[in-house]
Amino acid sequence: MAEVITLEYTVPGDDFTRAGEASADMKSRLKKLGLPADVVRRAAIALYEGEINLAIHAHGGCICVTVSEGVIKMVLADKGPGIENIALAMSEGYSTAPDEVRSLGFGAGMGLPNMKKYSDVFDIESTVGVGTTIQMEVNIS
Amino acid sequence: MKIKEIAEILQATPVTPNVDFEREVHTACGSDMMSDVLAYVKNQSVLITGLNNPQVVRTADMMDMVCIVFVRGKKPDEQILTLAQERHIAVFTSELTMFTACGKLYEQGLRGGESHG
Ligand SMILES: Nc1ncnc2c1ncn2[C@@H]1O[C@H](COP(=O)(O)OP(=O)(O)OP(=O)(O)O)[C@@H](O)[C@H]1O
Ligand SMILES: [Mg+2]
Repeated sequence: MAEVITLEYTVPGDDFTRAGEASADMKSRLKKLGLPADVVRRAAIALYEGEINLAIHAHGGCICVTVSEGVIKMVLADKGPGIENIALAMSEGYSTAPDEVRSLGFGAGMGLPNMKKYSDVFDIESTVGVGTTIQMEVNIS
Repeated sequence: MKIKEIAEILQATPVTPNVDFEREVHTACGSDMMSDVLAYVKNQSVLITGLNNPQVVRTADMMDMVCIVFVRGKKPDEQILTLAQERHIAVFTSELTMFTACGKLYEQGLRGGESHG
């Protein structure tokens, strides 16, 4: 695959039912490119967790995916409340999700650790009151 | 185990069209927490859940699952069913509770499969 493919998505912040559309779209596109199933699945799960976080914690945001020779890069950026203690947020089981989100089946505090686990490169930057940017890479091979 | 047998064992009703009843599945996962499904499940093909919202289908789709059984008589709405159909996921509803549904399937040989976490 010589050319670079770019996918861009806007994630709405007020519509939980639509969260996941971007990840599902990316997943079917990656499948169509003929990438290995486990690579596609890892990238899709990592992006889906990030997309859900954009919807429930950050009032929405944007996603940019680039697929090039050997690697899928995914960037999620939001102008939400930001994360005060990143190390704490990254630990399994830590969640500030309200009961309403729990009743929807999320808020176990597994999203960020999961994103790190399923990606080969994971980087998170966040400033309280400004927003959060997460960059992930999944190697193709 | 075939999808057909799962439907029989759980006295479940198919609610999506064109279900491939002959399809073989080997492993399943039961949870109302989608976060946990995404974190701990690997290579399972059936999701048994009492949670009723579109993220159930999204989660199953991300995990490459092929069948969802809604327990405790949960009836998924049109939006959920359309989404499942688009993603080629067979959907069933059963009146059984989560515990009983999982127990019956386990008893008949379906397993939890490999998990990581
Ligand atoms: N984009 C974001 N903006 C602001 N805060 C965030 C963002 N993403 C995560 N957080 C914070 O980090 C915490 C941990 O996130 P994580 O995704 O691991 O768990 P969760 O979303 O609460 O639950 P789960 O992902 O298991 O459904 C969140 O509860 C929230 O406080
Ligand atoms: Mg999360």
